[in-house]
Amino acid sequence: MKTFKLATVSALSIAAATTASTAQAEDLTLCWAAWDPANALVELSKEFEGQSGHKMSFEFIPWPNFADRMLNELNSGGKLCDLLIGDSQWIGGGAENGHYVKLNDFFDAESISMSDFADATVYAYSTWPKGTPNYYALPAMGDANGWFYRKDWFARDDIKAAFKESTGRDLGEPKSQKELLEIAQFFQGREIDGKTVYGASIFTERGSEGITMGITSALYPWGFKYENTPGKYDMDGAVNSPEAVEALEFYKEFYETATPPGYTNSYMGESLDAFKSGQVAMAMNWFAFFPGLYADPNTGGDNIDFFVNPPQNQAGSTLGGQGISVVAYSDKQDAALEYIKWFANPDVQAKWWSLGGYSAHNAVLNDPGFKDSAPFAGDFLEAMGAVQDFWQEPAYAELLLAMQKRMHDYVVADQGTAQEALDKLVEDWTEVFEDEGKL
Amino acid sequence: MTDSLDTRAAAATPVRVAREIRGLSDRAIAWIFVAPTIFLLLAINIFPLIWTIRLSFTNFKANRNRDLEWVGLRNYERILGDSDIWLNMQATAHFLFWTIFFQVLIGFTLAYLINKKFKGNDLWTTIIVLPMMLSPAVVGNFWKFLYQPQIGLFNYVIAFFTGKEPSSFEMLGSVNLAPWSIVIVDTWMWTPFVMLICLAGLRSIPDYIYEAAEVDRASKLRQFFTITIPMVLPFLMLAVLFRGIENFKMFDLVVQLTGGGPGSITELTSINLKREAFEKWRTGYASAYAIILFVTVFGLASIYVKALNKVKER
Amino acid sequence: MSSFSVTEPSARSKWFAGTLVILYALITMVPLAWIMLTGFKSPSDAISYPPKIVFEPTLEGYVNLFTTRTRQTPEFLAANPPEKWYEEIVREYDMVIAGPSKFGERFLNSVIIGFGSTFLSIFLGTLAAYAFSRFKIPLADDLLFFILSTRMMPPIAVAIPIFLMYRQLGLSDTHLGMILLYTGVNISLAVWLLKGFIDEIPLEYEEAALIDGYTRFQAFYKVVLPQAATGIASTAIFCLIFAWNEYAFAVLLTSGTAQTAPPFIPTIIGVGGLDWPAVAAGATIFLLPVMIFTILLRKHLLRGITFGAVRK
Repeated sequence: MKTFKLATVSALSIAAATTASTAQAEDLTLCWAAWDPANALVELSKEFEGQSGHKMSFEFIPWPNFADRMLNELNSGGKLCDLLIGDSQWIGGGAENGHYVKLNDFFDAESISMSDFADATVYAYSTWPKGTPNYYALPAMGDANGWFYRKDWFARDDIKAAFKESTGRDLGEPKSQKELLEIAQFFQGREIDGKTVYGASIFTERGSEGITMGITSALYPWGFKYENTPGKYDMDGAVNSPEAVEALEFYKEFYETATPPGYTNSYMGESLDAFKSGQVAMAMNWFAFFPGLYADPNTGGDNIDFFVNPPQNQAGSTLGGQGISVVAYSDKQDAALEYIKWFANPDVQAKWWSLGGYSAHNAVLNDPGFKDSAPFAGDFLEAMGAVQDFWQEPAYAELLLAMQKRMHDYVVADQGTAQEALDKLVEDWTEVFEDEGKL
Repeated sequence: MTDSLDTRAAAATPVRVAREIRGLSDRAIAWIFVAPTIFLLLAINIFPLIWTIRLSFTNFKANRNRDLEWVGLRNYERILGDSDIWLNMQATAHFLFWTIFFQVLIGFTLAYLINKKFKGNDLWTTIIVLPMMLSPAVVGNFWKFLYQPQIGLFNYVIAFFTGKEPSSFEMLGSVNLAPWSIVIVDTWMWTPFVMLICLAGLRSIPDYIYEAAEVDRASKLRQFFTITIPMVLPFLMLAVLFRGIENFKMFDLVVQLTGGGPGSITELTSINLKREAFEKWRTGYASAYAIILFVTVFGLASIYVKALNKVKER
Repeated sequence: MSSFSVTEPSARSKWFAGTLVILYALITMVPLAWIMLTGFKSPSDAISYPPKIVFEPTLEGYVNLFTTRTRQTPEFLAANPPEKWYEEIVREYDMVIAGPSKFGERFLNSVIIGFGSTFLSIFLGTLAAYAFSRFKIPLADDLLFFILSTRMMPPIAVAIPIFLMYRQLGLSDTHLGMILLYTGVNISLAVWLLKGFIDEIPLEYEEAALIDGYTRFQAFYKVVLPQAATGIASTAIFCLIFAWNEYAFAVLLTSGTAQTAPPFIPTIIGVGGLDWPAVAAGATIFLLPVMIFTILLRKHLLRGITFGAVRK
């Protein structure tokens, strides 16, 4: 029934989209998280408003509430959003539960080719089941978790000398996770310009996805795998492997010895605050914030530089980023598809990047000038070459919340050991997949 | 039912016949007046309750299109056998016990002092009452700010009086302090409630009882324990009942303050239930959880009300 | 009362009691005062360490609360000088006002849903309370007790079936849905309280009216309603305060169109993290009406908040 409805809907949309110019002007609402790139999108969308005659409204929800609110909205069949830039992990649920309109026919009719977009982003943001040519979103915003640091502090002779003396190494961008920790510990509690500063701010948030995103940034470089054999959901021995235990213990040590006090429940906003207020030498955060950080009058410009999440046993970065989807409950799907058609245009994508959005379009990324277009552009390409994402299963929320609990219990609330935390996580996840009928 | 609506209404209104000619009968009016309310209560309260009971025996998930499967008592077994949920219950019990303890202690003391009828006591009572009228979510959100280790007023005030470094302790982030941080805010907010009820109790004691005691040369202390406390006790117990029910349901204040963290230290049952029902979308499981909570609070409250009535009868 | 009365406390104990109570009142006001003060701080003053008690007041928090802002290039800023005072405030951060924020809408939703549900609760509640009070309805006591006991359910538990029901009926995230829900929750309190007030109105008035030729209905609205006006007003304010402050249902059942202020205020963010002065400004504006009501209502407080279980 549902599939039939969806098929008709997309068939109708194609018919309408081709005759878009005669369509009536609509008031479209686009939902996304409230952050720097969203403001850039508002700016970018003015061009669409001018061309199409449609009016764009925006509903931006702060990250800590974003998943909660939007998934609730989708599950209640709400009509608030016509377009949704939903997190990558929602794609499974969005597709299987019929929240998102399937875009294949539309792409074919408008000759939008997915091969024009970076493979990693298409795989992560658009396809369900993973890797099959079934598209439910257009890659809108590439993203990964990266790092930034106080370049001015790293360049000071007194600090460099002190670092050399205490570690025997030269102070610079870390080449491994362990070097990263060493640098952070070096800065922890140090007096700089009469102020006590701390090592780094990392993600420890409990409510949504924060601590999981932080910990996976350590897990992936240690070679973490979700399954022994992909697609078999055999997690015992993979999720709780000795490497995973080591990585988790590493993250806890990082939290305990190299982060500012009071950062027990911190995510993107807190990480930015800590850095901008001059409390920390380094911080982890999504690439999406880097243009804003670079523009900051105090801690930006020459005082900041960026690096990719350092490797340990291998390279690995936690994937962020989103695709843009048309919500199946919307009454204005034609106009919404028009927006996607416009957004997929290479010129618009180029402008998107220049305004601070991370385009996933190959025309932008493969441009010879891209690497030098921003101080973090090269790092971005490098990060996107080795990204891994969390489960994208329809049951992703259950999987994520289980991980949030086990990780926060261990790292912040100091309950049990890393091995126990991961063993319990395997149990929780096994239960979820059993309920799903996948085990 | 021999005692029908009609005959009773007739008994209450002697002029029934005259009126029936001119307008609707009392019976009709009674039903017209009550019907919308009953309908609304059925729709918003009763029907959902029955639906929840039904769902609690299924594996339904509100975010999926799967077929509904009957799983019998499996959800109940799972919940009652889950050691993590017992930890949530423990956190709730800790929160309940200590908030009621402090609120009764401070609330009664305040009521006792206000009852001394000093000049301007009305004005100060109104001021004290303000916190409990505010939105718990907004209050919780703002107390989070007050509790910030580096910039929050709370840590700074404590530091001022104890000489400790303000950033040396984290009210919301530390495992030992977080359960107390929510107790403090709830006590701040709801002590006035207990105070008001106690005040009503104190004011209900007729002066002549004290005068008689005075004639009998009973000491003030003795009067306090033999007159004041027993007379106020039913009121106090009522306050405890109301606070108990409210805090058993506690969600908004704590979710804004700690979100259940650190780890799951302050994850009260309502917060846990919200995660199961509206984040994990395990609707059937969460329904069973809801029923367990409802039966618990309803059962405890019924036993308590029995005890309360015994005290009142004395 | 004469000063010789044994129940009149001595001057010294009054002074002692007064001092302690005033001390408590002052301490309890500190967090509230701090909220209001923070609303007039600049963002950097709000997060300064140690906390600033003396600071230069600014309306920045209020401007940020009601507007959205974007950063602009120096060329644009030079070409478009600020016109209004609030534009100047924003210019200090190289930003311009892009439009109104959602706060106004959310506040308006609070007003619509709060007053709508209060009106409906009182309208239906008064009718039902009159019927319960004047006509002997079978099983009335059991019914009333059961109505009350539904308030013992955690709101999250109630929200599960309501969510499913509203999804079916298309009432999710609508004003009507929220008004009906809050009315359903409030009406038990309303009926219970109003029954108490109407019980106190002597039957003789109505009977006299009926003998004078009024119909039962006329007697109800010409005689009973005016007598119950005070009771109705204070019941109304309690219903309003509940609907105004409610968070759990609002956060679960609304996402945008009908979202009220309590779930919105904690999510006001500025550049980077939470914009505390704007949050404080929003909280102040939102809390003020309730504070005013509390002061107006102080005589009726007890009855409302205890479900009438304690009568003065």
